[in-house]
Amino acid sequence: MSYLEIKNMCRAFGGLKAVDDVSFSVERNAIKAVIGPNGAGKTTLFNLIAGSLEPDAGEAFIDGSPIHYLPPYRIARLGISRTFQNIKLFSHMTVLENVMIGRHIRSRSGLLQAMLRLSRSRKEERDIRERSMELLEMMGIGDLAGQEATSLAFGKQRIVEIARALATEPSVLLLDEPAAGLNIYETVQISDMILKIREKGITILVIEHDMSLVMNISDEIAVLSSGKKIAEGVPADIQRNEEVIRVYLGEDDA
Amino acid sequence: MAWKKYIPVFALIACIIVFQLAVTAMSREFYLTQLTMAAYYSLVILGLTVLMGYAGQISMGHAAFFAMGGYTSAVITTRDLMNVKGAVLVDLARDLGLTIVEKNAYGSDIEHLSPWAALAVAVVLTVIIAFLIGIPILKLKGHYLAMATLGFGIIVYRIVLGSRLFGEADGISDIPPFRIVGGLAVSGDPALRVQNFYIASFLVVVGVVLLMNLIDSRVGRALRSIHGSEEAANAMGIDTARYKLFIFVLSAVFACVAGVFLTHFNGGIGPSEADVMKSVSYVAIVAVGGMANLWGALIMGVILNYLSLRGYFGSYDEFVFGSILIVIMLFVPEGLLRMENARALARALARLRNNLGADRKQ
Repeated sequence: MSYLEIKNMCRAFGGLKAVDDVSFSVERNAIKAVIGPNGAGKTTLFNLIAGSLEPDAGEAFIDGSPIHYLPPYRIARLGISRTFQNIKLFSHMTVLENVMIGRHIRSRSGLLQAMLRLSRSRKEERDIRERSMELLEMMGIGDLAGQEATSLAFGKQRIVEIARALATEPSVLLLDEPAAGLNIYETVQISDMILKIREKGITILVIEHDMSLVMNISDEIAVLSSGKKIAEGVPADIQRNEEVIRVYLGEDDA
Repeated sequence: MAWKKYIPVFALIACIIVFQLAVTAMSREFYLTQLTMAAYYSLVILGLTVLMGYAGQISMGHAAFFAMGGYTSAVITTRDLMNVKGAVLVDLARDLGLTIVEKNAYGSDIEHLSPWAALAVAVVLTVIIAFLIGIPILKLKGHYLAMATLGFGIIVYRIVLGSRLFGEADGISDIPPFRIVGGLAVSGDPALRVQNFYIASFLVVVGVVLLMNLIDSRVGRALRSIHGSEEAANAMGIDTARYKLFIFVLSAVFACVAGVFLTHFNGGIGPSEADVMKSVSYVAIVAVGGMANLWGALIMGVILNYLSLRGYFGSYDEFVFGSILIVIMLFVPEGLLRMENARALARALARLRNNLGADRKQ
């Protein structure tokens, strides 16, 4: 069995079948991309995997254990971490604090321990701070640690969001259009970063409609159109696939 | 280092001592009475600030939790048990040393349950009720949460106003002092003004320190992340529903404890403590204080409650707090006492000064 398995996922909004019987799998430590035109159902599929939406039907497994009926916070604890297409950083908090929240599931202090500032919770707090700072340094944004996260430039916010997701020490990282709104240099930076993250042994599922990014970094690509999977394969095959070319370049190819 | 963040706490303690020495030196100790009351109300405000400002969940029913504390203690400590013999629970309380025999205002002996027991019962009761109503209510967001908590507040108010047990419109009076330890007692006796001021201040300082620690911790960050983006918080593995419930119950306990102590200090409690307008004024004070600003909330809590209790707003009291809320929500919905606002004000003043300077040169 593959590391992440999606089987016959379905989800409709009213009469619209946003995700219609989609199945695919991601091998351990692979980079898989889901592409497709706007409205193809990519983000819905993501939300179904991450648990923020409940599927009408279908199943999802991580390392063989089912996750399709779990709430998002339980799925996160099983090692699936995500970013959002329209960045969702925590407002009124610094970059460092945002990343420190990623350490939440890797720490344990409760309400009373926190209020009484017991020595164990103080030590844990130091740990959280150090690990988060290390992560920021590694991502090359250590100098931004003290700034308010939502006041940063868009490209930087993307990186902070990825750092926050990595702070949870995920085994699977879900990236929702990591290059959306970025310029070409930032896009290259992000693709280098994704490759580096994979080197750490993390399995990556990325949604993107920037073809150049996807073709360069993915091991495998699945293509969605109108909620259905229309193609799946290695980048070179997808680039030649007639149907993919049709949905991407439009129908008026006369 | 770590102790640096407690500097404001030391400043607060210094202020408390200096103020007490000053009013005593000027023989104006009667100021301490309303200040003590304002300090207890500030305890409600502090809890509400963490709920509203940091976790982003509104409660328009916090007066209900205050009243729950006050009335529970009032009912429990005003029952005369002198002639109750053979009741299992009463005997058990006697055996555990939870009853107190003292003279009432008319000089005859009465026996009542210890306020310590009452405090424990009040807190447990508040935790249970806040927990039970919190589970369904906190699924709501924004206006809907405000409406639901408002509804809860109104229900508690009507129960208090309508039941014989709670003294209907008269409330409950002749509540005995809360003897804490040694000669310390929470009571309205003018001779005990100074020590009561210190007891209330002590509770406020402890409350502030506990909440400061909380905000700056793993749990506090989780709460603040819910405010920032509940969806992202969930995706980070934070059980947002559970944390919202935690903080709702905690802030209810703060209100309840304040209610217990203030009721013993006042020697009585009436239904106006559970009034919806009380809840509105708490929310208004949190908003003026800067929402996510413990110190702002504390300062405004003391000042506005003090002014209100001294009668500065006269019969316009409700009008004042209502207007404050409207003005804040219209113009500075993120709260008034915030660093950003202070900076914006500084910039505006600098601009004004430059403009004036330019005018003069012309």
